[in-house]
Amino acid sequence: MAHVHGLRCRECGREYDVAPIFTCEWCFGPLEVAYDYDAIRAAVSREKIAAGPLSIWRYADLLPSDRNPAVDLGAGFTPLVRADRLAAELGLGEVWIKNDTVNPTNSFKDRVTSVALSKALEFGFKVAACASTGNLANSVAAHAAHAGLRSFVFIPADLEQGKVMTTAVYGGNVVAIDGNYDAVNRLCAELAGTYPWAFVNVNVRTYYAEGSKTLAFETAEQLGWEVPDHVVVPIASGSLLTKIRKGFDELHKVGLIDQEPNLRVSGAQAEGCSPVARAWLDGADTIKPVKPDTIAKSLAIGNPADGYFALDAVRQTGGGLAAVNDDEIVDAMKLLARTEGIFAETAGGVTIATLKRLAADGIVRSDERVVAYVTGHGLKTLDAIEPTVGPTAVIAPTLDAFHEAFPPDLMQEQA
Amino acid sequence: MAVTVRIPTQLRELSGGAAEVSAEGATVADVLQDLEAKHAGFSERLFDAQGELRRFVNVFVADEDIRFLDGVNTDVAPGATVSIVPAVAGG
Repeated sequence: MAHVHGLRCRECGREYDVAPIFTCEWCFGPLEVAYDYDAIRAAVSREKIAAGPLSIWRYADLLPSDRNPAVDLGAGFTPLVRADRLAAELGLGEVWIKNDTVNPTNSFKDRVTSVALSKALEFGFKVAACASTGNLANSVAAHAAHAGLRSFVFIPADLEQGKVMTTAVYGGNVVAIDGNYDAVNRLCAELAGTYPWAFVNVNVRTYYAEGSKTLAFETAEQLGWEVPDHVVVPIASGSLLTKIRKGFDELHKVGLIDQEPNLRVSGAQAEGCSPVARAWLDGADTIKPVKPDTIAKSLAIGNPADGYFALDAVRQTGGGLAAVNDDEIVDAMKLLARTEGIFAETAGGVTIATLKRLAADGIVRSDERVVAYVTGHGLKTLDAIEPTVGPTAVIAPTLDAFHEAFPPDLMQEQA
Repeated sequence: MAVTVRIPTQLRELSGGAAEVSAEGATVADVLQDLEAKHAGFSERLFDAQGELRRFVNVFVADEDIRFLDGVNTDVAPGATVSIVPAVAGG
């Protein structure tokens, strides 16, 4: 169950009652759920969690919704996969991949959507909505269908076809906007003020964002209630990175882990949309918005709402940031697939390419236990690999044809 | 020069509930000053103690973020729309 005090502005500290609001009325800062950690500490235990569902809802005491049953397609409790072949190739000692490609709609968004729509039903909303670069659209359309809610998802019109189809198939309304993601989001902010809809990443965002903490909870539980030394997280709005860090901190606050977490948090961005990485690389205090131009569309937020908080988290923990180019992104998608059998979308490519860069720079060290968060499945961004991935050979159905394509002496070497 | 200012939900209590108001000014700074003159209370919400726009306040002139233009010194053409919008969340 939920143990929530109210809401609080992360920028100025003003407090608010639980309501579908997301920005501080005073300073426009983002609102955050304020928990009663004493109550959670009393309610929670490792045993209770272990006996809970094999989904994010095993951590219900740390989540802000009381809805029972939750709007739940089984998000979360995804595999934490030891990646020895990747580690070897990167010159690292211990790398784990948190594989969120396997969620119900194949991205980590299922975690935040499950929380958001559960809370939306508590508030009495009848329509689910969102602005999305694709993964959230898939997730909201699917969860809305499961909950019997009408839905309106808003996407940039130039989104990958795969993402459009995999959203539309659930039967809700899919509105393609002639503009970039920032423009879509702005329209949704205005619509959220006009229609009584639950925009999961606008008016319900405060609750939605909490779902990301479960990535940290699961990582710790799956490592035997230990915290990794270093995590690498992709940055779009910056929310995921800040909530993962918050998740590890909360485990200590509520007594699930004994020692205060001492982990380094690093962030991954694409060069074509790297406002946060740029600020870190330049040693700057201000984040300058950019116009995104990258194949990593799911990370294409030019003016990230949580940018400052993500930058702070990286600086405070001694992590790093990188801005990787499109070629590096595609190479990294293939590297992960080739070494570990995990097929990530472009955002995953950004994360692995960043891990590679930070390892080469000595920011991620070979004596660290590292966890990299792979947030979406490669099937979502097939366009990215289409130019350079295909069959090894296309031949006639004869032995001769095979031997020509795969000369026996070469095969001997490979056997 | 009369321009239209779009007011986000969070600030509509200051504009008497209106989503759009009229204001005068040749630059964003002028327009926001006029907004304050017509509807007291906007300035302290939009600007911090140092007189800078609060970092989570976004202002657009004709759909362009003023941070890509000239900040509060950005020119505003007559009849243009100036929008005040909260920061962008991911999806």
